[in-house]
Amino acid sequence: MYQLTNVTKKYDQGKRSVTALNKVTLSIPDGQMVAIQGPTGGGKSTLLQMLGALDRPTEGTVELGTSNLSKLGDGPLGKIRAQEIGFVFQGFNLIPTLTAQENVETALAPLGIPAAERTARATAALASVGLGERGSHLPAELSGGQQQRVAIARALVKEPAVLLADEPTGNLDEQTRDEIMELLEGLWRDRGLTLIVVTHDSAVAKRAQRRLLIKQGVVKEIS
Amino acid sequence: MFVTYLRRELAGRRKQTAIVAIGMALAIALVIIVNAVSSGVQLAQSTVLASVYGVGTDITVSETPAAPTEGEAGANGPQNFDFGAEDGATTDGTTTVSQARLSVDRATTSFDSAALDTVSGIDNVTAAAATLSLSNTTFDGALPERSTTDTGTMPTGDDAAAGGTPPSGGPDGAGGSSFSVDSFTVLGLDPADEAVGPLSAVTLTDGRSLERSDAGTNVAVLDASYATTAELVVGDTVAIAGTDFTVVGLVTASSADAATASNVYIPLDVAQTLSGLDAQVTDIYVQAASSTDIDQIQTDIEAALPDSTVKTQADLASSVSGSLSSASDLVKNLGLWLSLIVLAAAFLIAILFTISGVTRRTREFGTLKAIGWSNGKIVRQVAGESLVQGLIGGVVGIAVGLIGILVINLVAPTLTAGSATTEAAGAMGGPGGGFGQAAVEATTSDIVLQVPVTLSVILIAVGLAVVGGLLAGAIGGWRASRLRPAEALRSIA
Repeated sequence: MYQLTNVTKKYDQGKRSVTALNKVTLSIPDGQMVAIQGPTGGGKSTLLQMLGALDRPTEGTVELGTSNLSKLGDGPLGKIRAQEIGFVFQGFNLIPTLTAQENVETALAPLGIPAAERTARATAALASVGLGERGSHLPAELSGGQQQRVAIARALVKEPAVLLADEPTGNLDEQTRDEIMELLEGLWRDRGLTLIVVTHDSAVAKRAQRRLLIKQGVVKEIS
Repeated sequence: MFVTYLRRELAGRRKQTAIVAIGMALAIALVIIVNAVSSGVQLAQSTVLASVYGVGTDITVSETPAAPTEGEAGANGPQNFDFGAEDGATTDGTTTVSQARLSVDRATTSFDSAALDTVSGIDNVTAAAATLSLSNTTFDGALPERSTTDTGTMPTGDDAAAGGTPPSGGPDGAGGSSFSVDSFTVLGLDPADEAVGPLSAVTLTDGRSLERSDAGTNVAVLDASYATTAELVVGDTVAIAGTDFTVVGLVTASSADAATASNVYIPLDVAQTLSGLDAQVTDIYVQAASSTDIDQIQTDIEAALPDSTVKTQADLASSVSGSLSSASDLVKNLGLWLSLIVLAAAFLIAILFTISGVTRRTREFGTLKAIGWSNGKIVRQVAGESLVQGLIGGVVGIAVGLIGILVINLVAPTLTAGSATTEAAGAMGGPGGGFGQAAVEATTSDIVLQVPVTLSVILIAVGLAVVGGLLAGAIGGWRASRLRPAEALRSIA
């Protein structure tokens, strides 16, 4: 469960300071599917970075389970990311020189899992997203939808508690968007994940159990 | 994962890998070639020096001859052969006179042999040997019997008008004369000293060399070339200063131009006695314990023997001239700087490409950090990639360098080496010889440059490749480790 309390995040841009998050207080129970919407520059990605232990707030606390993410150092935050949080990005962020199989395995590398088990789990993860036969392909040899499936497999192969998706369908056409969202929803249901999706797309947001609107750094519930 | 990722990165970014590796390879090849050529040139210099100054000698001690004062002939002054009224033997109207002299060469001077003990007592001197460099000059003359040519009166006018008494006697029977001068070099040396000095620089070709037991005896070892010219073999006798010496061996000097080469070698004590130079020597050859001790020994000798001239191999090396010297200067100056510049450029290229690669891979590293990769793991990955690029460059560089060395050795450029030596006058009193005079002459020899391949050169190359790779990797890795995942991902959003 996430618990954010009075979270403020400010960025220094030259001489002026920009407030990306302004005293955000928020609870997200385990297993919930949440959509975060809002205009560009409203603070969506910043909120996702706080939730993903990629950054620390300027003020306030971010707790994931029993861990206070706002107080931990880089090392422990890295371990939490490695073990508990999966990321899916709008631009897929696959490593272009590695095959689909190897890209998935990169998520297991920090966990010290033996090579054979790593390979087996990556193969299974690719199969679970419908790319069992594409493990040896480089990202450039895959379509956008397939690349995002590989990214989802990479995020889920370590069996995280939380899956954070930043505009996961932003670069995809409508049909592929629906396929990806169906895949994510299926995985969320099957695995009991906490799924948090940042999106501009209302069609995507409507699939979530809970919708949040973030505007000028302030979060509001959308009923 | 490390190896897979590394392999994929290097294969996937072939252009960058190739540029970094080629830059490194060129630099390393140049370093190998310059280093090897430098060794080859040094080897050639050593060969020239060994042939000129003798093997095993690090320092030579001599004394600069002082100019004779006015009216003083001295040991180094003009030499006369004086004959008394009763000298010579007369047969059939011809008087023959002969005189031999064993004296110090004009260009050298003798000094007290106690200097040898002084030098031997200096710290870090492992061996020292003294020699007495002499020239044996023999004057032979045949002239008409004095009674027929030197009456003390001039022929009268009547005798002249009548035709008088025609000249007679002499080698031609008509009152003429004939003179010949024969000169050869003699080196007196301690037969017990074999490690350093002239005897260490010769090769025995027949008979035996001088031995410790030869001290005080009239035995001689001849230079093989001189022996051939003089028609002497082992077992014959050779006259030195009118004394017969038994030839016990023939040797070949490493070079006819060698300052230590001589026509005849005899025991030092005998040479001193015959030349009237008791307890005198002309040169001391010194061997140092280590090359690092040479400067200290030189300083100590100069302090202990202020009148002496002390020369080291470095001094001698500076006397080597010609294209060998030019090659040496070229390697030392241009080659060294060129290597350093190319090496620095290669390192810079590797570093810049690595930094550029890290910048280009910001999203990649940001993603890896987002999925839990530690800074250390990313630094190791970047450093590993750079190290392998450096090693590829090293391997290619070694191959190119070895090919370069092979080409040089196949071309085998000939270098001319000139060296200033103090050379005794030519033997047999031929033209240009002249009564035991000595002169400073420039001798030249051709040396074929052979470039050696040593393990140290290979190790240096590998070391440079590793250092270059690690340096680039360390800087690139440091830059990658400074990327914060959120900023890295934001920067490409």
